[in-house]
Parts: sequence; C-alpha cells; structure tokens
Amino acid sequence: MNKPVESGLVTEATDITADAKKRYSAGVLKYRQMGYWQPDYVIKDTDTLCLFRITPQEGVDPVEAAAAVAGESSTATWTVVWTDRLTACDSYRAKAYKVEPVPGRPGEYFAWVAYDLILFEEGSIANMTASLIGNVFSFKPLKAARLEDIRIPVAYIKTFKGPPTGLVVERERLDKFGRPLLGATTKPKLGLSARNYGRVIYEGLKGGLDFMKDDENINSQPFMHWRDRFLYVMDGVNKASAATGEVKGSYLNITAATMEDMYERAEFAKELGSVIVMVDLVIGWTAIQSMANWCRKHDMIMHMHRAGHGTYTRQKNHGVSFRVMAKWLRLAGCDHLHTGTAVGKLEGDPLTVQGYYNVCRDSYTQTDLPRGLHFDMDWADTKKVMPVASGGIHAGQMHQLIDLFGDDVVLQFGGGTIGHPAGIQAGAVANRVALECMVKARNEGRDIKNEGPQILQDAAKFCTPLKQALDTWKDVSFNYTSTDTSDYAVTPATA
Amino acid sequence: MMTNPTGRITQGQFSFLPDLSEAEITLQIEYGLKKGYAWSVEYTDDPHPRNTYWEMYGMPMFDLQDAAGVMAELKECRKTFPSHYIRLMAFDSTRGIESIAMSFIVNRPAKEPGFGLVRQEVQGRSMRYTVHSYATDAPEAERYSG
Repeated sequence: MNKPVESGLVTEATDITADAKKRYSAGVLKYRQMGYWQPDYVIKDTDTLCLFRITPQEGVDPVEAAAAVAGESSTATWTVVWTDRLTACDSYRAKAYKVEPVPGRPGEYFAWVAYDLILFEEGSIANMTASLIGNVFSFKPLKAARLEDIRIPVAYIKTFKGPPTGLVVERERLDKFGRPLLGATTKPKLGLSARNYGRVIYEGLKGGLDFMKDDENINSQPFMHWRDRFLYVMDGVNKASAATGEVKGSYLNITAATMEDMYERAEFAKELGSVIVMVDLVIGWTAIQSMANWCRKHDMIMHMHRAGHGTYTRQKNHGVSFRVMAKWLRLAGCDHLHTGTAVGKLEGDPLTVQGYYNVCRDSYTQTDLPRGLHFDMDWADTKKVMPVASGGIHAGQMHQLIDLFGDDVVLQFGGGTIGHPAGIQAGAVANRVALECMVKARNEGRDIKNEGPQILQDAAKFCTPLKQALDTWKDVSFNYTSTDTSDYAVTPATA
Repeated sequence: MMTNPTGRITQGQFSFLPDLSEAEITLQIEYGLKKGYAWSVEYTDDPHPRNTYWEMYGMPMFDLQDAAGVMAELKECRKTFPSHYIRLMAFDSTRGIESIAMSFIVNRPAKEPGFGLVRQEVQGRSMRYTVHSYATDAPEAERYSG
C-alpha cells in the first residue's frame, strides 16, 4: 500500500570505504561516500532503527542529506579524520539504508537509519537521545528534521527496568479492574491555598473519582508551600477512602529545582502514605530515570505529565514525534503518561493518538502506518504504561473515549468535574456513572460508538448529576484540524 | 449507611449503577467468557479497601464455558452468605496480563456500616492514617447479622 511514486532519487551505493587510501585522505568527502549510505545494508536484530523525516535545503541531494543524518547522529565530523583508522569505525557509523519521498509532502523525505548496539550505553535514554536528537537537528544542510519513529531492539530494551509499577500491578494495588480509571486535575491551577486545595481533592474523590492530580506547574509557589499541599491533600485522600471503601490517590507533583529537593518531596509523600507521585517531563531524562528508581524502591506509582512536549512534538516537519517520546519514556520508567484525548482541547488526530496508546500498552507493537507506527517492535515483556487522557473532555464524550482507548487508560476530567453546576462531588458522580454505564453497555454487546448518547441519556434518568453535566456541556467540542497527522490514509486492509 | 453519594461501598466496576439483575449479571459473565477469562466467586465480611483476599467460594472456574454455571455458583454462595459482600472476578491468563480483568459486587449486606478514619498525630503536623472497618468491631461470623 501507499507505494511512493517514482522519485528519481539516485540511491545506488556510493561509499568508497573499501578503498582505505581514498576514504581517509585528508579533505572533505560526501557523507554518502564515507560509508553512511548503504542501500544494501542488511538490518541486524540488535540494531536500533530510526525513521527521520528530513527537509533538505534547496539543491541538497536527499540521499546525501540522509547519509549526513546518519553521520552526524553517530561518528562523523565535517571532514575526514585519520584517527577513524584507530577504531573499528565501520561499527560506529550509522547507516542510512533507505530514502523515500514523503507522500503528499513535496520537499520532505523519509530516511531510514540503522545504529549498531555498541553505540548506546546500556540503560541510558540520556545517552541514546544525545546521539539521535543531538547535533544532527541543528545541521545546516537540512531545513528541518523530525524523528518520526524508532525500533529499539530487544537487546537494548533488556538493559532498562521500565515502569516502576506497570499498569497491571497498579490495578492490583488499587483494586480497580475492567474499567478506565477516573481522575481530575485540581483547578484553578494556581492560587488556591493548601487548605482550599485539599477541599477539591476530598470532594472529587468522595464523589467517585479514583485520582486527583496536581497540575504541571504546581510546585511550591508563594501561595502554597509543597508541604502544606501534601498534608492537606493526604487528609482529603484518606478521608475519601474511608467514605467510599476504595483505594484513592492524588498525584503529588514532586517536580523541583534539584534532585535533592525532589527526593525530599518524594520521601514526604511516602511518609504520608501516598500511593503515587508525579513529575513533569521537563525534569529531563536523567532525573526521570532516577525518580523511577526511587519509585521502584518505595512501591510508588510514577505519574508523568508531558509538560513541554508540544514544543518539539507538534509540528510535522521538525522535532521528535510523541510516539518516540512514549517509547523512550516507557523504557526510562513511568507508570502514567499523558498521551492525548483525540476529542479534547489539545492537539491530536485520533489515529495518531491511538498509535501512542499502542506504544504504551503493547507487548508487541505492529507496523500500522495510519497510526504512525513504522516498525514492528517486541517490547520483551517490559511493563506497560497506563496512558492518561486529559484536557478538555467531559462526561458526554464517554462513549467516544472508551471506544477509542478501551479500559486501560486514566480519563481525567478537570473542568468536567470541578465545573459541574451542582458542585465537585456531583461532577465526579456524573463522570463515574457515565463511565460505569458505558462499560456495562459495551460488555453487553451494545454499539456504544453510535448508541452512546442514548445510553448516557438513559443513565441520566436515574442520575441527576449526569443529566446536569450532559445539559451543561452538550455542545462543547474542539473540532480543529490537527497539525500532526498520519502521512498514510486508512485503507480497508488496515482499518 | 455510608455518606458518599451512593450510600454504599463503591468498589468494583458497577457500584454507581442500580444493582444488576440476574440477566444483566449473566451478560457480563458471557462477555468475560468470550474473552477467555475464568470466573470466580468471592465473599467477605470485611470489605476494607486493602483487604485483598476475600474468601474464595470454590476455585476459579477455568474450564467452564457456560454463564449458567457461574450463576449457579453465585446462587449457592448467596444462599450460604446472604448478608456478606459477594463479588465476581474474572481472571485473564494472557502473558503480560496474568491478573484480574473484571470485578464487580453482586451482593451486599442490607446495612453497610462503612469505615472510620483514625488519625494519629505524629511529628509536627504530620499524620498517620488508618482506615477502620466498623464491621470488624464484631467478631467474625457475627457481622451484618442484625
């Protein structure tokens, strides 16, 4: 399917590495002559494979550009260096092995590059990203570059510990099965005193939510010191747990200026009996892996808010696709990951978003071009990440959300809980009833995608808070065109 | 009577909905059987949120393909323990899951006493919390009898 039209690319092998004298005489060679373009390369099971979308500057040969990407993300520098000859340099050279025009996107090319296992330090996303999205993204001959997808080999996956808890064990700890989990982000994000903040936590959890959540920019500002927040929040959590007989949690955001601060906050969360802590993506790969280790050691679920990702994931021609971020984050080790809603207020085309969910939850990810998945990838039994759908969703969309994402997801209704006309508990009840009636109906064999609105209306007959929620938000939708969409249409064979 | 909006313990998949009828329970069992799950009946007189191990009313029904068989077990369990909490649980043995796939309450005591929160003040403003099951103030086998 989707076979590209004849491109006119000159793709034959041009490397001169067989002739060492020619290859290593001082001066400047084309990257495709230096061994970075190998159209006949036979992929090894232990190779990392990357698919880049590149936009070469005018006049730059796409194959040469692809070879340059391979070079600049592995060993190359701009000129020939004799010191290469002191090394087993062929191992260290990444190999671009295929280049194709991107369908329907003039000037853009897909370039596939293979990296030998020796290139990356075991268990270090920081090291892998320093190569793959390091200097190469500032390389002048390219107008733009984007890392679209990655196949990480089993041999490298097994050097990571992955999620500290994983979605299966999380469910066992929480004693919640067979339905999506429900959450809400405390609003307003900023300004609530700790005491007022804890009120929102208590009301939401007692009303029927499983989780409440700190927002990404709640750390320890002048209006609310982190210790105060933790103390009041945990009182709300425990009180709600006693009132319902359910395990409840609230993601305590431990993001802070230094690792020492983060460890201090994490320890306090643990002392107070929290089941979960939260970090923001902006803390960086090393901090993420350190916190994952801490969580593993202390039986803690680790919630990852992907704050900042839109700066590099959203534009189609430049940056890193979120599916790549999700793969790295699963290995680095988080238990929850915000992966989009498709129907809410934030960016995300439904199929592309489903691709991210697959990456979080698959045992084996299969190539699925309409969902943006370009490689098969065996996860080697790495624990699974619970995706989180958060941002501008409400009870009236429950059938769409369950149809799109299934049971293994946290559905987060922030405004959709706290903004309920009859109060926070009522908002929580509306969401929980909508959730339970939809899961029940789906299990009974009903076509929730089409009958969903009716199923909700029927439930609203015995649940006034749900009726109020449906009436309040009936016309709210965010139908804007996504910028990050698939390059391949859905065909009947893959739909 | 508990004070949460449902007035009862909200564990399981369907506690916020009206109690499921026999026919509705059968449909859920059939859904699980189609997915290849094994059903199990469990009961308890201590529904503390961290009381993981409810008593098993027999073993999980691994080879049972008919929802009527599960319903018969449930009926027996209800007859023996009319005032206990009873839940149906479905086990999924798929590699990478190997856990519980469904769980919902199908029997409750007429009065649900719920839980108290015991706060122990410790250093500074810190607190240790204990969720206390009122039912367990009475000895085993004498709970919910009234």
